[in-house]
Amino acid sequence: MDKWEDNRAWWLVVPVFLIVAISAIIPLMTVVNYSVQDIFGPGQRVFVGTEWFKEVLTDRRLHEALGNQFLFSGLVLLIEIPLGVAIALAMPKQGWRASLCLVLLALPLLIPWNVIGTIWIIFTRPDIGLMGVAINGLGLEFDHTAAPLDAWVTVMLMEVWHWTPLVVLLAYAGLRAIPEAYFQAARIDGASAWATFRYIQLPKMRGVLTIAVLLRFMDSFLIYAEPFVLTGGGPGNATTFLSIHLVKMAVGQFDLGPAAAFSLIYFLIVLLFSWLFYQALQNVGTGDKR
Amino acid sequence: MAEIELKQIAHSYLKTPVRDEDWALKELDQVWIDGGAYALLGPSGCGKTTLLNVMSGLVIPTRGRVSFDGEDVTERKTEARNIAQVFQFPVIYDTMSVFDNLAFPLRNRKADENTVRERVHEVAEMLELEGELKTRARRLTADAKQKISLGRGLVRSDVAAILFDEPLTVIDPQAKWLLRRKLKEIHERFKLTLIYVTHDQAEALTFADQVVVMNEGQVLQVGTPQELFESPAHRFIGYFIGSPGMNFLPCEASEDGVRIAGQTVSLPESILEKIVAKEQKLELGVRPEFVRPASGTDRGSLETTIRAVDDLGNYKIVTCMLEGLEIKMKLPEDWALPEVKCRVNFNPRMIRVYADGRLIG
Amino acid sequence: MTIRLEEVTRKMGAETHIFPTSMELKSGSLNVLLGHTLAGKTTLLRLLAGLDRPSSGKIFVDGVDVTGASVRQRNVAMVYQQFINYPSFTVFDNVASPLRRAGVSPQEIDQRVRSVAKSLHIDALLDRLPAELSGGQQQRVALARALVKEAGLLLLDEPLVNLDYKLREELRQELRAIFRRRESIVVYATTEPTEALLLGGHAFVVDEGRILQSGPSIEVFHAPASERVGKVFSDPPINLIGGRVTGRSAVLGDTISMDLPDHMTLLDEGAYRFGVRANFLNVRRQSDRDLEIEGCVELAEISGSETFIHLEHHGVSWVAQEEGVHSFGLGDTVSIFVDPDHVYAFDGSGRLAACPPYEARGGG
Repeated sequence: MDKWEDNRAWWLVVPVFLIVAISAIIPLMTVVNYSVQDIFGPGQRVFVGTEWFKEVLTDRRLHEALGNQFLFSGLVLLIEIPLGVAIALAMPKQGWRASLCLVLLALPLLIPWNVIGTIWIIFTRPDIGLMGVAINGLGLEFDHTAAPLDAWVTVMLMEVWHWTPLVVLLAYAGLRAIPEAYFQAARIDGASAWATFRYIQLPKMRGVLTIAVLLRFMDSFLIYAEPFVLTGGGPGNATTFLSIHLVKMAVGQFDLGPAAAFSLIYFLIVLLFSWLFYQALQNVGTGDKR
Repeated sequence: MAEIELKQIAHSYLKTPVRDEDWALKELDQVWIDGGAYALLGPSGCGKTTLLNVMSGLVIPTRGRVSFDGEDVTERKTEARNIAQVFQFPVIYDTMSVFDNLAFPLRNRKADENTVRERVHEVAEMLELEGELKTRARRLTADAKQKISLGRGLVRSDVAAILFDEPLTVIDPQAKWLLRRKLKEIHERFKLTLIYVTHDQAEALTFADQVVVMNEGQVLQVGTPQELFESPAHRFIGYFIGSPGMNFLPCEASEDGVRIAGQTVSLPESILEKIVAKEQKLELGVRPEFVRPASGTDRGSLETTIRAVDDLGNYKIVTCMLEGLEIKMKLPEDWALPEVKCRVNFNPRMIRVYADGRLIG
Repeated sequence: MTIRLEEVTRKMGAETHIFPTSMELKSGSLNVLLGHTLAGKTTLLRLLAGLDRPSSGKIFVDGVDVTGASVRQRNVAMVYQQFINYPSFTVFDNVASPLRRAGVSPQEIDQRVRSVAKSLHIDALLDRLPAELSGGQQQRVALARALVKEAGLLLLDEPLVNLDYKLREELRQELRAIFRRRESIVVYATTEPTEALLLGGHAFVVDEGRILQSGPSIEVFHAPASERVGKVFSDPPINLIGGRVTGRSAVLGDTISMDLPDHMTLLDEGAYRFGVRANFLNVRRQSDRDLEIEGCVELAEISGSETFIHLEHHGVSWVAQEEGVHSFGLGDTVSIFVDPDHVYAFDGSGRLAACPPYEARGGG
């Protein structure tokens, strides 16, 4: 409905516009600016064109970080989405049990991210941590500060523990929104539990699952605080993800130019993949060609 | 197909029903004859959907037994009952084609593909969906979706009955009568047992051979549309069916008829002898269609005053007052009327007498 | 108060919702906008309310141009199809809300709310919340909130369409009585011809963004200016069939011939479309002059008091309306009869060419 008689409400948008301009657009332009200059110090800068981009794109360390990142995000989606849906399916539909489950599930989401890292450091320590001691007690060597595989397992466990609840909550909301008549019809048609899931629950959850995949992809692709606290990117560069690499480059080595060029590439990758996922999920199972 | 019998069915959604109104269904017995077209008619909250769910197995009744062809199925689950159901809102499998939708119940029951193809084509032809078989079901209009829901019931050769829960709610008015006709055709052709739940009298009366009227968890009358119109068994039915509803006039028994506000309406002997108990609350019921202005000499006509005439184009509704009692009559549009005073006559064959709200004759 | 629309239009992008429309509405008048869904009734109501601004044309209230004035500056109340109430307010507070906003004194609010609640039979429910009410009661609350304002312009957009038909019947009667007592301009949009006739007043037949005809409801009903008005203003739809007038007789379709009745004697020879309302088609012959149409029953719809018989005769579908409840089998052969005195004739451009006579009678 187009509104014509009172447009004063537009003034309410002005503060948001200003905040977005200051917090996003201006920094972004600064980044673009940095990415094409070499900066020696205040007031001393030289225009270098696309040189930083070339350098960054051929950087072996970056390739390694990019590989880690894709592996990480891929594993996150592969584990969290099916697991989240499975938990949502298994949850009680109503009553106090449902409420209790929801509260328990929401707990990890309420903890600050760096605290999560700390919790898991302690939890997995081979000397005093519950998990570390337990695994070593089984006779398995486990130390996430020394073995790359152990570090990966720990980071993945932490990530799954932290974020699967979000997928569960979304999937649960999607499931609850399916009218009862669909399940009755499925029973009448003699559909098996699998067929009910495949032809009713899954298609009806498409909307929420699209959101879940997008959120989990973007978040995991940008992950920083938890692995930084837990492993610091190590051992070696085993768990150095893109953002950790970026911070090392920008803050650690103060290579502002390459870091800026890298940020822009990073940004474009996230944008591209989010768009791809969105398109794929919109069209999945509908047979529509748009 | 099967005969469905409900024996002393009662249901409450509460764990420990105490009061009368705790019961969504008060005790009822009902037999649904094999091949009948039934409608369950009543206002919202009358228990009709509960009754439907008792038959389909979605609700296990608190008391009583359900049997199909003499076999007790009270505790049996929906999927084991061979019931098909069409819901208020179209339920289709979005991601499947129309063909796969129709084939779904058969494939779930492990029918071989040849049989599936044959049955689906047969049903699609009847429902005029052949052209759409390859289309994704979600792209169809609401009425085509409802046809698919119906089709999923029809493809099965083993269904005992098809239940309909207000299936035309979301259908455009123009498409409604086509679907109604389709249902009629299907019934005539296959002689399936069809049970149709609705609050809309037009839908119930058009669809069914036998209409079961419910109110407040009870069955008030089972009858043909004509019986419900001409001899409503209960005051509520007289009010609920027909527009405007039946006129009910409090009266007292007198020698050769009843007295209404000091004037006498004579009644046939057959009705008079049924008026026995004096303490009952007697009412005379007559439909507006059977009230006519009397020609001057008619005996037994009532003296009334015209309060309002509503010309509704196709007909007119005249509201007459008889000492504070309202009598509506429905007249053809071109019927001439006196100005103020009007003597009215009731068609003697269509006068009904009610004692405490129930028809006695 | 008088409201006048002058050549008002409403466009949304490339689509025109309302073509140039002029109308004048006077205080105390009851106006019914009758038309199918999407005919433009709601758009007209929104223009009248000032919720939408016309794309061109002007709107005057008491001669003052209010075309650009917002809905807040106009004295308007509106009731919708959906039952719209404040969910967290009691019935009393719901009804009182427009008065509170207008700064009316508490005593007066109390008195006015109670009196309007009484007239709509919700005086016993004043302490309840909307969620505790039935659909009919919720709509009564919404109506009460609109009525309590005593706005100069009261707009109702199919207010009864979402109610069960028995409730609709009751509320329609009550509304009519309430409208008659009021000074304001009432505009009531509906798709149902019967509702338009029952409410009476002035009918505007709306179709595809245009007002096709206006006038006292019953007169428009009896003398529809065009085929389209006939279609909109008939329930069930008017039966229409092509035919020819030759000399002193006419043929309807290919098979039904009749001598021209009195009201058609002035018709020129040529092609016409003939229209018959369902209620003039009877299953019994009424007189020797009746035309007989034999056909095959497609369906008998029973409304409760009437039976609508759909039948097919030489490829044309007919609907006949019969008093009472009757059963017909699908595929039965049935004859229906019509008196030529009740046949309409429309010319090639769809305009009414010959109208059956009717007597204008005052309603009660």
